[in-house]
Amino acid sequence: MNSVFVYCEIEEGTVADVSLELLTKGRALATKLGVKLEAIVLGEGLKDVEKQVFPYGVDVLWVGDDARLAPYTTLPHTKMLVRLFDAEKPQVALMGATSVGRDLGPRVSSALHSGLTADCTSLEIGEYTDAKSGKKYENLLYQIRPAFGGNIVATIVNPECRPQMATVREGVMKKEIFNLQHQGEVKKLNVDEYLDDTDLVVKVIERHMEKSKVNIKAAPIIVAGGYGVGSKENFNLLYELAAVLGGEVGASRAAVDAGFCEHERQIGQTGTTVRPKLYIACGISGQIQHTAGMEESSMVIAINTDANAPINKFADYVITGDLNVVIPKMIQYYKKNSK
Amino acid sequence: MKGLKIVVLAKQVPDTRNVGKDAMKADGTVNRAALPAIFNPEDLNALEQALRLKDTIEGTTVHVLTMGPGRAAEIIREAMYRGADGGYLLSDRAFAGSDTLATSYALSCALRNLEYDLIICGRQAIDGDTAQVGPQVAEKLALPQVTYAEDIQKCDGKIVTIKRRLERGIEVVTCPMPCVVTVNGSAAPCRPRNARFVMKYKNAKGTQEAQDANEDYFALVNERPYLKLTEWSVNDIQSNPADLGLSGSPTKVKNIESVVFQAKEAKVLSGTDAELDAMMKELITNHTIG
Ligand SMILES: Cc1cc2nc3c(=O)[nH]c(=O)nc-3n(C[C@H](O)[C@H](O)[C@H](O)COP(=O)(O)OP(=O)(O)OC[C@H]3O[C@@H](n4cnc5c(N)ncnc54)[C@H](O)[C@@H]3O)c2cc1C
Ligand SMILES: Cc1cc2nc3c(=O)[nH]c(=O)nc-3n(C[C@H](O)[C@H](O)[C@H](O)COP(=O)(O)OP(=O)(O)OC[C@H]3O[C@@H](n4cnc5c(N)ncnc54)[C@H](O)[C@@H]3O)c2cc1C
Repeated sequence: MNSVFVYCEIEEGTVADVSLELLTKGRALATKLGVKLEAIVLGEGLKDVEKQVFPYGVDVLWVGDDARLAPYTTLPHTKMLVRLFDAEKPQVALMGATSVGRDLGPRVSSALHSGLTADCTSLEIGEYTDAKSGKKYENLLYQIRPAFGGNIVATIVNPECRPQMATVREGVMKKEIFNLQHQGEVKKLNVDEYLDDTDLVVKVIERHMEKSKVNIKAAPIIVAGGYGVGSKENFNLLYELAAVLGGEVGASRAAVDAGFCEHERQIGQTGTTVRPKLYIACGISGQIQHTAGMEESSMVIAINTDANAPINKFADYVITGDLNVVIPKMIQYYKKNSK
Repeated sequence: MKGLKIVVLAKQVPDTRNVGKDAMKADGTVNRAALPAIFNPEDLNALEQALRLKDTIEGTTVHVLTMGPGRAAEIIREAMYRGADGGYLLSDRAFAGSDTLATSYALSCALRNLEYDLIICGRQAIDGDTAQVGPQVAEKLALPQVTYAEDIQKCDGKIVTIKRRLERGIEVVTCPMPCVVTVNGSAAPCRPRNARFVMKYKNAKGTQEAQDANEDYFALVNERPYLKLTEWSVNDIQSNPADLGLSGSPTKVKNIESVVFQAKEAKVLSGTDAELDAMMKELITNHTIG
């Protein structure tokens, strides 16, 4: 049976978080479909890379280890993937909606004439009946994604073409070890058989990458805390909520000034401007210098003991109550009821 | 150095950044008519990169290619107001329902009618939000691609040097021409309209727009042929009909839910377990979380 494939990104020998998140999702999909989970890593100096991915339930790991594959450039990675997918015919192929995945995915999908759904927030298995032909399809990948600037959510399917390809942003899926003892098979790709000089026309002449650090700008969900959180220790509650929801923690200036949180996370006029899908403001009064940095959030939940806090004017859900009581309840409900 | 031939791909999009309540119909579908149609923001950044090359390399021409309904000719005029030399509107019912693959196929067929050294796109359109069309056009034309471009730093006539803005850093790459470049919103903003060009081109019309024009327009076009914008239908490009529109689109939209509608009425909760559970359930159901 045709496998579920995940393209794993690697930077300085470490598999990216987004790829591990996709392996977790891919494992669940493969199990549901009763097929293997396969992963592919392309880069240089990849000794022992299987140790990083097997615990996530990978059955087969394809490794292309060659100087021409690092740093990432479009054409060599595309060619390797297109040839491998042509041979292995995966039914599903997932990659990160990152600057690599969004460069690579469309190119691969075009070469294979398969559909690609960008920026999915949820992936499920389901059936589909074509309205015109009446033809029924079982076990398709539902690719659920926001579009129209986040104003609509579309469920997209790919009835005829394979693989069904999707990209997903970092932090959207949960990363979870499948089994520390899980062992897969490593298959080495002979890179020489794939690449020639025409694939190497784009040259990287300069490169400055920062180590992965907080990136609240890109976070789909932000749990922001204000002075009302009360202490640095209490902020842990916010980190916990952000972790279960797959989001990041942000803060008001008063919270940063009080030392509850680092400045990198400050949101507002003198901090970062964010536009997440969901903004949860905890113990933030909602002064204009703060709301200037978050008012374009698609949805806002305000948790405040003051029923008349200005933040409430921006909120879709106004929760009048103590954040120390409300947040644990939200975490508890989510843990119990999410898939 | 010889002047470059540059084609900018630009899309007319509904302004999804200013979505009001009337933007959604009662059945939950998008009411496009209620949203102003604008030049896709990152395509303006793309246009600016093209115009800068035109400023510095003598003999360079910049043309816009857009696919859309008749009124998308507005995009070509807008680009000409800012310094583009002209443009092409690709418009036909045969393209309706295209996903990114069918869109890029149609655009690549139209590009085969043109000469180009550089094809410059925006990174992403604000309605479909996929950022897929640029790389797919490149693949269809077997050209190398440089995505996330922030600055086209140098062009020696054969090779372009481009600074890319990535999530976690920057990269400078060199790429031989012809190639496809997709430009990031972090690139320089587009120059404003030039009053002289506005005067010159404000009466320019595409074929469909000209259907409603009066005799004065046709008299004017006789004198000034540049007021007639080139419009292509499916018959003007060489394509395989099965690869166009709905039939050429592997992805199908199964269903669409609107998010704004239920959102902007604030719900006030006092924080009881039942209320919080109901809220969390709603958020999971409408895919805000989970
Ligand atoms: C709710 C919804 C979800 C969708 N999801 C997907 C999906 O996941 N996968 C998919 O394949 N399709 C999807 N589509 C279809 C997609 O929006 C259309 O194919 C659209 O024509 C092109 O995609 P885009 O708007 O994402 O453009 P992008 O790929 O984001 O555009 C990138 C650049 O390509 C150029 N460009 C794009 N379109 C044109 C044009 N018409 N004329 C000239 N230049 C252009 C511009 O320079 C633009 O900046 C979806 C459509 C809807 C309504
Ligand atoms: C030039 C300038 C630039 C600025 N730039 C920024 C900026 O970039 N970002 C920014 O955030 N601010 C900025 N500020 C500061 C801004 O004006 C406010 O002072 C600040 O946002 C207030 O932070 P806060 O809401 O956390 O604190 P407060 O205003 O003190 O609000 C605390 C809130 O917590 C609530 N609360 C208390 N206990 C609880 C509890 N147990 N549970 C729930 N709720 C509780 C209270 O009811 C209150 O509403 C700037 C100010 C100036 C003058």
